[in-house]
Amino acid sequence: MAGNSTSPSYGPSGNGVAPIISVNSLWKVFGKKPERALEEPFRSQSRAEVQQQLDLVVAIRNVSFQVSPGETFVVMGLSGSGKSTLVRCLISLIEATAGEILVEGEDVTKFDDRRLRDFRRSKMAMVFQNFGLLPHKNVLDNAAYGLEVKGLDKRERYAIAQEMLEKVGLTGWENANQRELSGGMQQRVGLARALAVDPSILLMDEPFSGLDPLIRRQMREELAALQQEIQKTIIFITHDLDEAISVGDRIAIMRDGEIIQLGTPKDIITEPADDFVREFTQGISKTKVLDVGHIVRDPDVVCFDTETWETLLAKMDQAQCDYAIGLNQERNFLGVISRELMNRTAAPQVDGIDGCIDHSIKPVLPNVALEQAFPLLADGNIPLPVVDESNNFIGVATQQDLLKIVTSGL
Amino acid sequence: MNTRIKDLTKLISGNGDESPSEGAQRARKFGLIALVLCAALLASFIIHGMEAESAMDFQKNFSPDITHAIDDGIDWVIINMDWFFDTISDYLKIALGHLRDFLVWIPWPVVLALVFITGWRAAGFRVGVASAAGMAAIGLVNLWEPAMVTVAILMVSVTIAVLVGIPVGVLSARSNFVDTITRPILDAMQTMPSFVYLVPGIMLFGLGNVAAILATVLYAIPPCIRLTNLGIRQVDPSVVEAGRSFGSSPLQLLVKVQIPMAIPTIMAGVNQTVMMALAMATIAAMVGAGGLGIEVLRSMGQLEEGRAFVAGTAIVVMAIIIDRISQGYILSQDSQR
Repeated sequence: MAGNSTSPSYGPSGNGVAPIISVNSLWKVFGKKPERALEEPFRSQSRAEVQQQLDLVVAIRNVSFQVSPGETFVVMGLSGSGKSTLVRCLISLIEATAGEILVEGEDVTKFDDRRLRDFRRSKMAMVFQNFGLLPHKNVLDNAAYGLEVKGLDKRERYAIAQEMLEKVGLTGWENANQRELSGGMQQRVGLARALAVDPSILLMDEPFSGLDPLIRRQMREELAALQQEIQKTIIFITHDLDEAISVGDRIAIMRDGEIIQLGTPKDIITEPADDFVREFTQGISKTKVLDVGHIVRDPDVVCFDTETWETLLAKMDQAQCDYAIGLNQERNFLGVISRELMNRTAAPQVDGIDGCIDHSIKPVLPNVALEQAFPLLADGNIPLPVVDESNNFIGVATQQDLLKIVTSGL
Repeated sequence: MNTRIKDLTKLISGNGDESPSEGAQRARKFGLIALVLCAALLASFIIHGMEAESAMDFQKNFSPDITHAIDDGIDWVIINMDWFFDTISDYLKIALGHLRDFLVWIPWPVVLALVFITGWRAAGFRVGVASAAGMAAIGLVNLWEPAMVTVAILMVSVTIAVLVGIPVGVLSARSNFVDTITRPILDAMQTMPSFVYLVPGIMLFGLGNVAAILATVLYAIPPCIRLTNLGIRQVDPSVVEAGRSFGSSPLQLLVKVQIPMAIPTIMAGVNQTVMMALAMATIAAMVGAGGLGIEVLRSMGQLEEGRAFVAGTAIVVMAIIIDRISQGYILSQDSQR
């Protein structure tokens, strides 16, 4: 959410910052004596083989990843891929069979009951697909539940819960019963309840899957806005790649308990790890993920401000092109010159082309999403100039190239 | 229609559209059962024909002496645990006596008003009026005092049953081990004829109201335990999971999540317990409990059918009043959540 458009690259461990969550060789096997599945030869066998031979279900199979502070990390997979089990292991609602889960350097799997309670009360909070609200309590008490468990007195916890309800836009609903709320509003209560304990990490298990598509999109946008404000580390579970891409800084795609690809939305769209991922990406609108830099190319005609009218016309005729990009000697972008504009200009200027440069066309940065470039390219045959932050000319994006990207996915 | 005919042919001939091997399997099974039954009948004829006495009656001197062992055990308990049962008996007698005196002491108009208000608030105006009218009728047929005695026994028994039943239910819900122990005991308790419950009461406390209370508690407690157990186990697991994820301790989870969400089911159990307690409090007249039950019993013994009928009707009226009011309360609670 923070952005496909702002941060161009994410290494596996973020921007050199120490990871807040570090999962190393995590296994979760369901069944009697699950350790058996970790021994050779079963360790290297497929899920189906292990199930057939040992009657054990390998839900998570040797998973490792790191999450940096403030990152939104999406785990995407179909049902049965192990994504829900994975997120439950992080907060130890399900006990891992093997491996370690380091949260701020401490191994969650080694916590005793007491440490685990303290951990859940302060470090991590979870938002559930079915909301998990208490039907016998009103909205305010539900939002304050984590604080109540923590032992805060009524006045204190109501003040905080009230503030969180305001953040999610539920002021005025404090005394309402859960049944009076729509699904979207119930999930806001769930979100307020999680935020109230001020956790450093927010776990969201398909939080919007139970909502209408329209509400879902709205909630996603609100979450993105909220995230700008609160800057939490978020682990977001979803089965919807579209959602994963719009929400995630990085995405881990899971299948049969394993992570089969981990990367930024752009990585996943442009370089799918295998056919499974590729099939997923088919239906995704690439214009959301890819940026202008992806389709930038050299213009047909470049014209420096020292050149004369005649040389420019000759160049344009030769390239059979109706426009040129005007640059100065430092390759800074000046504007676009079109044949039409040149014709309209009253008399040929002997000493240069200054008079017929159209300054109204604004260049864009290469990291602008293609989606946003659409309207800029919609009218006219003049391509979109692309420059870097210090106005150095990089190239142009043309309508044809954009359309090629759009149609290639269909 | 067609399918029904097919079903019928299947029933009659043993093969509808099932595969021949399946039909053959079923035929073999029936054949086997018929064979065993014929063999048993044949064996019986042969044994009778041989006049083999030892196979026709169980040998009397073989029977192990269980009855004496039980007698000895109970004797030991009664002699050595005397102080324990005496103490319980004394306290219960005192509590019951005071409660009965108190209930009889309250002027009847006050009771009627209370019944009306409770019925009205819990289950609506009509139930309130009908309940008060029912109580008035009991008073009019001169059964007010016995009715109050029954209510006193009911109150004490139900209080004990709920105080014991709900915690046991909670324990069975939280531990499968406890559940596997309580389940067969409850099954046995619910299949036993109600008179059997009078036996331990007489043995431990002798005739009187205390024995009646013990019998009533034992008879009425199973639904309370069962439904508490069921109610807690039925709580939506996703809500319990959410509760755990916020760091609830097991006690917090129980008190803040599980029990409140199980309340409708638990209340249904308490309602059952009250109804069963009323039934038992009547039967317990046989071991010397006072109240409406003894009225029925006594008039039957003296062949006063009319009086027995009136007293019996009074019990039914009370049962209906209690049931309607508590059901109404449960429903109104339900619709609030």
